Amino acid sequence: MADDKNPKIDAATGTQFKGHEWDGIQELDTPLPRWWLWTFYASILFAIGYVIAYPAIPMLNDYTRGMLGWSSRGALEQELAARADQVAPIHQAIAATTIEKLAGQPQLMQAAIEGGRAAFKVHCVQCHGSGAAGGKGYPNLNDDDWLWGGDLATIEKTLIDGIRNPGHDATRVSMMPAFGRDQLLTAPQVDDAVAYVRVASRQDKPSAAAQRGATLFADNCAVCHGTDAKGNRALGAPNLTDGIWLYGGDTESIHQSVWNSRQGVMPRWDDKLSPATIRMLAVYVHSLGGGEATLVEAAAAADNGVEGNVAQ
Amino acid sequence: MRTGGWFALALAAFAAMLGAVDSGFAVHMGIVCAVGLLLAILTMRGADYAGLARGMLKMPADQGKYDDDPVRWGVIATVFWGLAGFLVGLVIAFQLAFPALNLGLEYTSFGRMRPLHTSAVIFAFGGNALIATSFYVVQRTCRARLAFPSMARFVFWGYQLFIVLAATGYLMGITEGKEYAEPEWYVDLWLTVVWVWYLLVFGGTILKRSEPHIYVANWFYLAFIITIAMLHIVNNLSMPVSLLGSKSYSAFAGVQDALTQWWYGHNAVGFFLTAGFLAMMYYFVPKQAERPVYSYRLSIIHFWSLIFLYIWAGPHHLHYTALPDWAQTLGMVFSVMLWMPSWGGMINGLMTLNGAWDKIRTDPIIRMMVMALAFYGMSTFEGPLMSIKAVNSLSHYTDWTIGHVHSGALGWNGMITFACLYYMTPRLWGRERLYSLRLVNWHFWLATLGIVLYASSMWVAGIMQGLMWREYGADGYLVYAFSEVVTAMFPMYLIRGAGGLLYLAGAIIMAWNIGKTIAGSKLREEKPMHDAAFDPAADKPLLAAQPV
Repeated sequence: MADDKNPKIDAATGTQFKGHEWDGIQELDTPLPRWWLWTFYASILFAIGYVIAYPAIPMLNDYTRGMLGWSSRGALEQELAARADQVAPIHQAIAATTIEKLAGQPQLMQAAIEGGRAAFKVHCVQCHGSGAAGGKGYPNLNDDDWLWGGDLATIEKTLIDGIRNPGHDATRVSMMPAFGRDQLLTAPQVDDAVAYVRVASRQDKPSAAAQRGATLFADNCAVCHGTDAKGNRALGAPNLTDGIWLYGGDTESIHQSVWNSRQGVMPRWDDKLSPATIRMLAVYVHSLGGGEATLVEAAAAADNGVEGNVAQ
Repeated sequence: MRTGGWFALALAAFAAMLGAVDSGFAVHMGIVCAVGLLLAILTMRGADYAGLARGMLKMPADQGKYDDDPVRWGVIATVFWGLAGFLVGLVIAFQLAFPALNLGLEYTSFGRMRPLHTSAVIFAFGGNALIATSFYVVQRTCRARLAFPSMARFVFWGYQLFIVLAATGYLMGITEGKEYAEPEWYVDLWLTVVWVWYLLVFGGTILKRSEPHIYVANWFYLAFIITIAMLHIVNNLSMPVSLLGSKSYSAFAGVQDALTQWWYGHNAVGFFLTAGFLAMMYYFVPKQAERPVYSYRLSIIHFWSLIFLYIWAGPHHLHYTALPDWAQTLGMVFSVMLWMPSWGGMINGLMTLNGAWDKIRTDPIIRMMVMALAFYGMSTFEGPLMSIKAVNSLSHYTDWTIGHVHSGALGWNGMITFACLYYMTPRLWGRERLYSLRLVNWHFWLATLGIVLYASSMWVAGIMQGLMWREYGADGYLVYAFSEVVTAMFPMYLIRGAGGLLYLAGAIIMAWNIGKTIAGSKLREEKPMHDAAFDPAADKPLLAAQPV
């Protein structure tokens, strides 16, 4: 309007034109909408207030900490501490109760199972799956087929020390040889042994190859898997007759297992989780459906190394 | 002489291809070599390839009018890259619902297709729309032909080469790993050359204007071009491992790198997708509505406050990370203050319809513009809201962010671009009107419905994700495993995919409509709808300003 001596008025809005024109586009001289301006001022005031209240202005060696004394690390620590306080009594009780005695305290047991369910979702689902159904190379924890045993104490021991955890002496170890790769058996012999396993697991009808394989099995495999091929939990040797396969039961997969061996690994958890958390995980896994009774005899027998047979 | 130059370029690229230390770099140098050879042959034969292209694309000669050839190419490129980008987006949306669609190939895996999608829609579709409209608008609002006409052509074709190198690079696994800044060092250098020329062509045209003042759309274009140059150069400072290889390492490390990246990333949104597209809005909305701009004062105040505040808001992408608390605070408060400056553009656009509101009912292009401004307003309210730390602790890392980005990208950037393409095409090719305005209406409804499905499903998905991740049971334990949250997303991913399908369908209709208009087909017989008037006689530079 300043640069236009005779301001024109826009008929539709009754507002003055500014007086510029570009390619037919003109501009009105409408003032700033008041609500817009006041909301803008309000957001600036909010910003100033927030800057005073919270950490904001960088200085040479430090920054302004804000009137509220808030920090994101502090807030996180508070939240974690509050949660730790919430679960502390129950964790202490679980840590103080041996796993065999937990079963006698239903309320504590129930709390442990729920805690285990939560911990399982964070630490275990990556391999064992969110439903604990496992996958190729990762055991299904819902069934009653256990490699190392399925009573509470045994599951807890497996969790504490892991399986084939490198550099940890107490870890569970069993090393099936790579019969083919290391030339312990010739290629035809491996084929025969595989044929026998297919028969022993009632997937194939008896054959000449399986008959030759039976001898090979007795000489090479029975020491761990047993003469009846039903496995041995003391050695973590799987039962080959039950139709449950960790790496697949077809000829090709069994051949792979015999030729190269498998030797899956589960990490030890005692250096990562608290004893109470491990105990909770053990009772949760035990509760999934395949948990076995902890017998006094079983515990005693475990010391003699024949726990598997008893539990079977 | 020029033939020799192109041939030397081809030879140099060929040598670099032979000496390349990785296969991706070799492929890229092969592409550059092929382009050099093509140009050498074309120059040697003395072919009037501009004339050839003009014939093939049915482009009218510029009878002493504006220099519109690069704009016409840009319109076609925008439509083409738009279709490509939307299609890839649809594919990756369904990859999230059905992982088998990754096809088990590295080239078609989500990780490589996703930057292909984002770059295709932002830089190829959006970038071509910005370059084309800026050349269209700056000539008309300055009443002058483009400065450095041959370099304007270089800007267009050089930008297409940048897109091809970037896109093929992503599929081959060449990436700096910085979101929206994935291209490697040599592609970055090429874009820098192209962009500086873009600034010179645009700025030169403003300098030779025959209007006394610079129109507000040009302020926004200029802010976009200058700021993008600064962001691009700083965020891509890096050291190549070998001058004959594609790999490089960033000049920044750790949280400094993260902050630089999100200073870049946020302002790519602020200056590429906001300032640049507001420039489009400031020209095409008043033209289509045939109404004066609502408020000159508002345009000044909101321009300067937007430009000043946007550049500080980047740290809100790094809430609750290793970034120091004070920087997070500043990122948040600047984002909150940005709310009204952003809305200034929406108000100025919408209120320009004062006295012409009836056109929303009768004019499908106006309808698109209004919907674009509505989504602009919605996402620039949602942005400051999500930057508030308490909200961000729920929304961050969830699909809410994806919903937010797409309500802005599909609603604001997409819709305003479609409207501008519909406005420009008949005028650029000298047609009476578009092939069909009814098809514009179809496009409008398909796109709107697509956005609604997309945004609402991602809001639900994002808030559900955020709540499920943080849910503690009464006994003090987390309730859900991550994988259970992923499973819960499945129906939302399907709805999102359906929305994307509708949006792509609308774009295909647009491609058909614009194609028929360019081809000069007989206008579709249909019940008439309103369209803005066009006077070809007035659409030319002022004589005094004509240097040619």
